[in-house]
Amino acid sequence: MSAIKVENISKSFGKTKALDGVSFEVARGELFGLIGPDGAGKSTLFRLLTTLLNPDFGRAEVDGFDIVKEYRDIRKRVGYMPGRFSLYQDLTVEENLNFFAALFGVKVEDTYDLVAPIYRQIEPFKTRKAGKLSGGMKQKLALSCALIHRPSVLFLDEPTTGVDAVSRSEFWDMLSDLKQKGITILVSTPYMDEASRCDRIALCNEGRILSINTPKDIVSGFNSHSQNSSPNPVPTTLYAISAENMYQLLLSSRKCKGVVECYPFGEMHHLVVDETFDIECFKKELTDMKGLRIEPINPTIEDMFIKLMKQ
Amino acid sequence: MRQLLILIQKEFIQIFRNPLLPKLILIFPVMVMLVMPWVTTMDVRNVGVAIIDDDCSTLSYRIKSDIRAAEYFTINDEPNTHEEALRLLEDSKIDIILLIPDDFERNITSVSPKKLDISANAVNATKGSLGSQYLVQTIASTMSKYMSEQGRSHLSDFVVIQNRYNPTLNYRNLMIPALMIMLVILICGFLSSVNIVSEKENGTIEQINVTPIGKFTFVLAKLIPFWLIGLFVVTVAMIVAWLVYDLVPVGSLGNIYFATILFILCFSGFGVTIANISDNIQQTMFMMFFFIVIFILLSGLLTPISSMPDWAQKFTMLLPPRYYIDIMRSVYLKGAVFMELWHNFAALGVFVIIFNLLATITYKKQV
Repeated sequence: MSAIKVENISKSFGKTKALDGVSFEVARGELFGLIGPDGAGKSTLFRLLTTLLNPDFGRAEVDGFDIVKEYRDIRKRVGYMPGRFSLYQDLTVEENLNFFAALFGVKVEDTYDLVAPIYRQIEPFKTRKAGKLSGGMKQKLALSCALIHRPSVLFLDEPTTGVDAVSRSEFWDMLSDLKQKGITILVSTPYMDEASRCDRIALCNEGRILSINTPKDIVSGFNSHSQNSSPNPVPTTLYAISAENMYQLLLSSRKCKGVVECYPFGEMHHLVVDETFDIECFKKELTDMKGLRIEPINPTIEDMFIKLMKQ
Repeated sequence: MRQLLILIQKEFIQIFRNPLLPKLILIFPVMVMLVMPWVTTMDVRNVGVAIIDDDCSTLSYRIKSDIRAAEYFTINDEPNTHEEALRLLEDSKIDIILLIPDDFERNITSVSPKKLDISANAVNATKGSLGSQYLVQTIASTMSKYMSEQGRSHLSDFVVIQNRYNPTLNYRNLMIPALMIMLVILICGFLSSVNIVSEKENGTIEQINVTPIGKFTFVLAKLIPFWLIGLFVVTVAMIVAWLVYDLVPVGSLGNIYFATILFILCFSGFGVTIANISDNIQQTMFMMFFFIVIFILLSGLLTPISSMPDWAQKFTMLLPPRYYIDIMRSVYLKGAVFMELWHNFAALGVFVIIFNLLATITYKKQV
């Protein structure tokens, strides 16, 4: 039995379609990532699965319980960490933890083995008010509180947004540890670089899931067209290009033969080409660009995301 | 039940940890009870009077000294002529000019006696009319004493006025029970709704909603502390009224507390309704303020309902504070018993049901 099962779920807010026929399954003990930009419908999906919202169409199960009919059972066995820090800022670290333990009718000591690795890091500040903690510590406290009743499924909505790079990496280590203890984790993030820490990821955009696979297979799907379900499959290769005038380079290279796509990517532009592309021809066409450099690179999840979005 | 206690405990921790709230809850009733009864008064005091005495007789001297002795007036000795006095009146330095004409005493027994002339500044209508009325009364008593001394029983008292229940016609006694009502409105209505909305605004309500805690338990845990605080505030206000103004309820304390509990229940239902339909503190504050202004001005708190126009009197039937004010004043000043006031209690009971039903309905409509 899968821990989370979503079947063709839709939810609209007025005229805005937040989710449009989303389906996926998460196996027990899996670390599943929802990757997508702001407004992709990630938070809505979390609010549906944690029974804070009801879907317009479709159905979903969490831990075998229906999210509409059996919401009470779900609330007993899931942990939820909303995107925004939502613990009581005027209670201390310790009071927050005890409060949530008491609400679930458990003692902190009972779950200490699960919470301890995380809680120990903030224990020196246990008499400090939660509102006075730093961003990384707040997030650790929120995770401790979400774990206090030993949930079987953990929902983490953008837990690393607004957290520094070191804390982010630490946080993902903690998630791996929790996964070892058999907890199913559904996590969302707008950062594509974090996707590789997940077992499987779903790329989502504008209320739809574009692709679900392991991070590795998603990336390898970039070059092959066999897995591509688009009506016009093109085998593609990726290059990184740069020149002195980057903007002019973007405009000119888009006109060159065999170029499917060219988009800014950090300091470079990424150039997606099909089999008619010839690197020498490309260089000749752009001889007037000063300092032109071009080299083949391995695609990232972000490249894959851009490619899927364009289709 | 256990969960309810945990939630209530959390509420009290939060209230007492708040840097402002506990002080406010204690100081607010005491301040309101100490200050407001003195300032919200319709008694006119310190009426500035200038007396232009063109007579300079024994009688005019007696009139002047009696006015000087009366507690309502402040005598301004500056002007010597009527023109000077008028200028002071125009500058609002004085409120009333009394002109005692030449040969006033000598002509008093003649067929056409000379008349005293009173000019009052009526920009502040209350002060102008009440001030000149006091002045006329003071002069009349001097005159009647003077006349009887002269062996002429000129003015005799045919009318005897007795002010029942509030013998000294003390406006404070009327205001004190009303001020307690304002305290309850502010503490139970305002604070509880702001408290609920702030959970929404901080997003903490989301975290609570994914726990097995029922919504009803959650709201109840929010309200119980404010019910207790409301009763505490009323008790403090009654103690202050007793210690400072020597005003104790003539009727039974039981009736006062029963009415207070009904009113608190009614108002917390109202507060929850407001909290449900607003998304942030700003909206709540504005809506609450809007209703509180209506409640305070239209419930007979400051001005008597019976002197309002007919349509406004009908409208006041819809305002729960009206009934509570009536109960409080009747019990406090008249010692009314439950059977005399049962319709007020019944009306409050109906409002308790209406507002709490509204609170439940609006709560369910939330996504």
